[in-house]
Amino acid sequence: MSEITMTDNGVNVGRRRLLIGATSAMGAVGAAGVAVPFLGSWNPSAKARAAGAPAKADISKLEEGQQMIVEWRGKPVWVVKRSKDSIATLATLSDRLSDPDSELLQQPDYIPHTPARSVREDIAVIVGICTHLGCSPSYRPEVGPQPFDAQWVGGFFCPCHGSRFDLSGRVFSGSPAPKNLVIPPHYYESDSVLVVGLNPQEAS
Amino acid sequence: MAGSRNKGNPGIMGWFDDRFPATAMWEDHLSKYYAPKNFNFWYFFGSLAMLVLVNQILTGIWLTMSYTPTNEGAFASVEYIMRDVDYGWLIRYMHSTGASAFFFVVYMHMFRGMLYGSYRNPRELVWIFGMVIYVALMAEAFMGYLLPWGQMSYWGAAVIVSLFEAVPFIGPDLAQWIRGDYLISGATLTRFFALHVIALPIVILALVVLHIIALHEVGSNNPDGIEIKDKVDENGIPLDGIPFHPYYSVKDIVGVVVFLFVFCAIVFFFPEGGGYFIEAPNYEPANPLKTPPHIAPVWYFTPFYAMLRAIPPIAASQFPGVVVMGAAIAILFVLPWLDRSPVKSIRYKGWASKIGIVVFAICFCILGYLGVVASTPMRTILAQICTAIYFAYFFGMPFFTRMEKTKPVPERVTG
Repeated sequence: MSEITMTDNGVNVGRRRLLIGATSAMGAVGAAGVAVPFLGSWNPSAKARAAGAPAKADISKLEEGQQMIVEWRGKPVWVVKRSKDSIATLATLSDRLSDPDSELLQQPDYIPHTPARSVREDIAVIVGICTHLGCSPSYRPEVGPQPFDAQWVGGFFCPCHGSRFDLSGRVFSGSPAPKNLVIPPHYYESDSVLVVGLNPQEAS
Repeated sequence: MAGSRNKGNPGIMGWFDDRFPATAMWEDHLSKYYAPKNFNFWYFFGSLAMLVLVNQILTGIWLTMSYTPTNEGAFASVEYIMRDVDYGWLIRYMHSTGASAFFFVVYMHMFRGMLYGSYRNPRELVWIFGMVIYVALMAEAFMGYLLPWGQMSYWGAAVIVSLFEAVPFIGPDLAQWIRGDYLISGATLTRFFALHVIALPIVILALVVLHIIALHEVGSNNPDGIEIKDKVDENGIPLDGIPFHPYYSVKDIVGVVVFLFVFCAIVFFFPEGGGYFIEAPNYEPANPLKTPPHIAPVWYFTPFYAMLRAIPPIAASQFPGVVVMGAAIAILFVLPWLDRSPVKSIRYKGWASKIGIVVFAICFCILGYLGVVASTPMRTILAQICTAIYFAYFFGMPFFTRMEKTKPVPERVTG
């Protein structure tokens, strides 16, 4: 010790301060260590992670215009088979959409930034959770004026706050939702089996 | 100090007082706590908040005796309480109505503080402890609302937890950590249950103790906003002070009686509060795959929810709305330093303050209404205007409170 300060009581103030500092620092490290299990126990448990495993769906019986809902990680994943007409309509909507080319990344990198926004053009795979506040929009395939949209061409409508999406999950301008709907990681095991939750390159 | 008084007295109380400052505490906080003699109607709500807190704790303990905090059992156990447990319906309705009553009395209590400048020097800490109680109470109410595991419980929690996803960078991980799953699930339910019945009640009780100790250290404010401790008699007792007990304990009992009339009328005849205290979709079990058509939080959160919805997304992020909502609550914490008026009470402030607080209160109520109803473009604009006024009131306060002409403050309280 280069500097020793003595007070009236013979107390070595410098050493005391060092000891208090060192004890406090070690105490803080200990507290941080103790916090780890408490904070960590809030992460999804092994059971929750297992329940979040990929979901398989048989799409062979899906008719044109029909929607099926696959549950993946407790979220509804929509699988919709689109007709040629509705695929053609998608390409004409650019002016009415907030993000027609899906530039805000809401999809895996193997999904093209086309109007169809899908691996297979006829089949849309979309997480059915509104990007506004987490509601689940409803499937409204009918074409024609609707109370919420006079130029409705079919798509998804969120009853909570009125967000509108086309059949590729792209959000119409003027909706409260800021982004297009999310496309989950998925691939086709065969023509009739869809796997949601795994990327093609992860498939074994 | 409490420790050195009332020592060496005979009798049973003397025995206790030699070992524990029972009489000293009684005197400090009740029989020799001198409160201003001019308390009015607005001063009922502090003691009523205590009453409702006791109601919530008591009914809450009884509810936990029959409630099952699991994904599978929660909804059914609430119905079991309502139908099969003797008086279960009463205890549950006392608890659910108590939640709304709690926020009603707390909002009135806070407004009283704003009217009479009860947050001003030397009562800043009283106000801040109170604000922390308010925030803890919001967390408590939010987590409690998940427990019946109905549709509105579920989707209300889904919407609020998803707000954390808007936090830049860490958002999705943070929300997942809060939920303990990829969605609101049984894991979320059990942790909210633990926080609702153990952690937050302990925090709230501790904060109430701090709030009252801080208040009794500096003394109560009053509708004239003057310090009664400035004018004392030869014994050091404020000339305008009267002992809390028996004078205000008796006065508060009158308030309690009137309050209980209204409270019981709601519990017995309108326990759902027209869908505002218990919302209709909550009579359907939680279903993660089906969103109710209209998600609205319970009425006491709606002013802030309306602000959240009023802010349009910026750069495709909900975060600005979340920030505005948080700021609306945070700004209340610094209220003691925003008010620069030479007087405390609204009675002696100028026209700017008087008009300001009325407009502020109206805007807060309008926002409360807008948060309940579905949004339309017109309503969104109205919500934006009210949000702007809400913040303008606080940001303008350092200026209009200094510039306006105030009235002279009396020497003694006016009654």
